[in-house]
Amino acid sequence: MYRIFLAFVVVMVSFTTVPAQTNNKLIVASVARGKIVYLQRCMVCHQADGGGVPKLNAPLDGSSAVNGSDIPKLVKNIVKGLADRIEIDGEVYSNAMPAAADLKDQQIADVLTFIRSSWTNKAGAVNLTQVKQIRSKLK
Amino acid sequence: MKKVTQFRFFLCLFVSMLLAAVSASAQNIKADTDNAGLTLPTGFAALKVADNVGRTRHIVVNKQGAIYAKLERLDNGKGIVVLKDTDGDGRAETKTTFANYIGTGIAIKGNYLYATSNTEIFKYALNAAGDVIDENAGEKLVTGLVDKGQHNSKSITLDNAGNIYVNIGAPSNSCQEKDRTKGSMGMMPCPILDSAGGIWQFKIDQLNQTYATGLRYATGLRNVVGLDWNNSLNQLFVTQHGRDMLNNLFPDLYDTTISAELPSETMYAINKGDNAGWPYIYYDHIKGKKMMAPEYGGDGKKTVDDKFINPAMAFPGHMAPNGLLFYSGNQFPARYKNGAFIAFHGSWNRSPLPQEGYYVVFVPYQNGKPTGQWEVFANGFSGKTIVKNPRDAGHRPCGLAEGPDGSLYVSDDVKGTIYRIMYQK
Repeated sequence: MYRIFLAFVVVMVSFTTVPAQTNNKLIVASVARGKIVYLQRCMVCHQADGGGVPKLNAPLDGSSAVNGSDIPKLVKNIVKGLADRIEIDGEVYSNAMPAAADLKDQQIADVLTFIRSSWTNKAGAVNLTQVKQIRSKLK
Repeated sequence: MKKVTQFRFFLCLFVSMLLAAVSASAQNIKADTDNAGLTLPTGFAALKVADNVGRTRHIVVNKQGAIYAKLERLDNGKGIVVLKDTDGDGRAETKTTFANYIGTGIAIKGNYLYATSNTEIFKYALNAAGDVIDENAGEKLVTGLVDKGQHNSKSITLDNAGNIYVNIGAPSNSCQEKDRTKGSMGMMPCPILDSAGGIWQFKIDQLNQTYATGLRYATGLRNVVGLDWNNSLNQLFVTQHGRDMLNNLFPDLYDTTISAELPSETMYAINKGDNAGWPYIYYDHIKGKKMMAPEYGGDGKKTVDDKFINPAMAFPGHMAPNGLLFYSGNQFPARYKNGAFIAFHGSWNRSPLPQEGYYVVFVPYQNGKPTGQWEVFANGFSGKTIVKNPRDAGHRPCGLAEGPDGSLYVSDDVKGTIYRIMYQK
């Protein structure tokens, strides 16, 4: 019974991702654009492998916050930056993160989509509508 | 009565002979077959004194050969580790801990051990055996130093006139109105310099000193982690971490290659009242010039010729000089005497180029001045030929100390390995 249920769930899940044949293409394009933003604006601190710098700059690869569902927090961190030290997954990082308020909504969606699907990360894409909505509340 | 005295005398003699045997000379100690994974100049050998000790920052060795290491993360609630070699094989057999605070700085002068948290300096009396008499009786020398996360570690050294020197790192990259933010310019004058970005001097015999009672001994130093009192010159020397992100903040003025090389990491000989120029300038070792910082009107070409002191020595950018030690021992060949060892923790902001550092460097001195050349002395800490990302480094050198027999000790703050480097003809 359990197996049947599991198979049912798997089928349902694959159905929900199917409408996204075109969506997949959009995501691939978003990841490609996001990578360019990442290389220019994020890599110096968060590193090419997303591993960050121990004790200074937080890792994005494998981070529970990056892979989590609190998208508003991720958008806010990019737009507003982070002052002083933060603690992530039991480790303290001491460098301030500058605000990147000059990034366009689409660029933020792209870079978050890139980060959330790169290295060992397997979290979902972030789209333009989400970023627009979150950002309008930040102002 | 006389017999008792005689007995005591022989007991003392026996004990001191035993102690001498325990702190065996470098010639009799067997190095690790792989030299602890390090590459060293001919004639040198190394061993791991201890492994997995914790995040060991600076270290000091007492006259008896015991190692005190300061931890930046508590080990079961304790922040200072004591390592002892009880059988004379060069490896530590016992490990004890005390002090309930994290930090970086640790030093011994006379009969006292000095240690720092990120805001305070403590001292502990030592007995004739070099042990802390009462681990719970740390006396607070200094309190209330700035700790805003960034560049908060406090390193210390002492002179021979009753003073202790502490770095107070600037909680900033280049004193921009908004730290590390593109388009934000530098504040003029930089308000951070009132309480950070320099070296402060305090007395070793007064408790509860603060900024109000201390002296800002030198300023314009962004973040010094390595500092040492040079006893042969009777002068303070410091190694500064230069500013980051020239390319990211000013992509039109600096490309990624130049931004990886610049600004120089610098070593300064410090006199009272010196100003090394941060945040207004940085040093360019390729040009051999002090350059106006872009946040203050610089364009990568404008030089600054007056006002600020020149470095005694400059190195490629971002390698992070965390430990400085002037060698005063007799174990190493003569050319090492009074020269400087520098532990480079290793860079993070040279990407997309590979990272640099992660080694211990030697700077030869002649007639009280560096010859101008520097050489990699001990390499291989990272375990990688090329470190692309900092988290790939297995070990990162941080602190340096000289043992009573002239051995050089190096601490690693990733895995907590303590290395001992010896010269064995």
